[in-house]
Amino acid sequence: MKGSTLSNFWKKYRFLIIRRLTQITILILYIGANLWGWKILQGNLSSSSLFETIPLADPYAVLQIFATGSLIAADAIIGAIIIALFYAAIGGRAFCSYVCPVNMVTDLANYLRRKWKLDKYEKKWWASRNIRYWVMGLSFILSFILGTAAFEMVSPISMTHRGLIFGMGFGWAAIVTIFLFDLFILKNGWCGHICPLGGFYSLIGKYNLFRVRHNQPNCTLCMKCKEVCPEKEVLYMIGKKSQFVDMGECTLCGRCVEVCDDDALEFSLHYFVKKGEKDET
Amino acid sequence: MDKNRRAFLVSMAQNVAIAATGGFLWSAYVDEAKAAPLTLRPPGARKEDEFISLCIKCGLCVEACPYDTLMLAKPGDHKPLGTPYFIPRDIPCYMCDDIPCVPPCPTGALDIKSVTEEKNGELIFDITKMRMGVAIVDMKSCIAFWGIQCDACYRACPLLDQAIYMEYRKNERTGKHAKLLPVVDPDYCTGCGLCEHACVTEIAAIKVLPRDVALGKVGKHYVKGWEKSDEERLRGSSGIETTVTERSKKSAVDTLNEGIDFE
Repeated sequence: MKGSTLSNFWKKYRFLIIRRLTQITILILYIGANLWGWKILQGNLSSSSLFETIPLADPYAVLQIFATGSLIAADAIIGAIIIALFYAAIGGRAFCSYVCPVNMVTDLANYLRRKWKLDKYEKKWWASRNIRYWVMGLSFILSFILGTAAFEMVSPISMTHRGLIFGMGFGWAAIVTIFLFDLFILKNGWCGHICPLGGFYSLIGKYNLFRVRHNQPNCTLCMKCKEVCPEKEVLYMIGKKSQFVDMGECTLCGRCVEVCDDDALEFSLHYFVKKGEKDET
Repeated sequence: MDKNRRAFLVSMAQNVAIAATGGFLWSAYVDEAKAAPLTLRPPGARKEDEFISLCIKCGLCVEACPYDTLMLAKPGDHKPLGTPYFIPRDIPCYMCDDIPCVPPCPTGALDIKSVTEEKNGELIFDITKMRMGVAIVDMKSCIAFWGIQCDACYRACPLLDQAIYMEYRKNERTGKHAKLLPVVDPDYCTGCGLCEHACVTEIAAIKVLPRDVALGKVGKHYVKGWEKSDEERLRGSSGIETTVTERSKKSAVDTLNEGIDFE
């Protein structure tokens, strides 16, 4: 009996647990590099060095530096290409749900939102989920005009992440702001509407491998998936037709797969399975 | 039909206005925030404007520094956010021979060429080539200028007798003693800040400032005629450069003779 509740717990939270583990492990590796000189993953999410040999870099930050017109050294370019290819294959916004530290803040806000049933009582603001692409475009223009990576100067993601590794300063204010914004002002406000880094990874992951697939005949229209999804527009097909979640905005967090009691949602490989099926018929 | 067009135009205008408002606010902040002329950068840092455009704020230089000299600017430090800097009065740069902080830089914001020399096809580190800043002496608060014997900065300087040398001057007050005064030579000073760190006064009487802030520039109007190499500075300049102002456009006035009636 005990075993079954445990395995049930695992089934209901397996992706969440894996996500928190990867987020925290990556953070600890970075912190260890700064505090105790670990040579596994040094630097931070803007740019780092893996085992002191492989350069890694945030492709969005590197593009902003490109926009300033500066000649950037090879290490950062190679690092950015590695990261871009990795997320293009795995799924762009896997960064958001498995790596980004701000995800833990906004997920907490979302959890409290559900717990306190804020959606029922809160005044609703409508905001386009395309704001992030405007912010992204603007960041390149401003980088060009101001001669510095414009989003990197204000990014609460780097502020949080850098703060945890190198010292927080007033960086906590950025975290609190995002938390309150997501909790009381706009649902999924930061990650789902404004963050240009998320927008950038949405574009990168447009044609990735791993996808959630909806199996319509199993669906009982309970809508638990849409309630828990941080980008619920990507689940437009729920209850309508069986297909892959094909929008790049899907963060691959797997919460929908976990909450589904009817086996109507599952991870699969995008192109291979699809083509295979077609070939057989 | 006309209504649709109006709606479209209005919503376009709205989007553009929101983007413009956000853009102006954003750029106003960034433009102010990136201007911190008193920031001391790590060894090998390019000129401030190039540095600030290239630095990706990864902190690899900070982690490489064995003395914890370098820090990444936190919100509240009043420095361009996330960029590396140091405060020599707290922890100066100890000028490591192998310069561990420069090679890890992934973007080239720290320029390895500026602190290396090529010998027989091999790159050899030379930390004395770095120019992070230059030391400036405040002669009113430096006790050596009072006539008290102190050579803390001189002794602390890794380029002793080059970057800081002692100048003798007669102590006019006593009439029989010498003052030993520290003098900085910007041609050698690396801006490591060991002098500032060592200074005995409450607030350091010798301070490191970024070179653009502290140093002047002669320009092309003056040449050391007694030094052949100094003429090199004029190479490539075209013709005589004259300062033109509103006044200088008018012809010279013969002030002695004009308006005087000699009849």
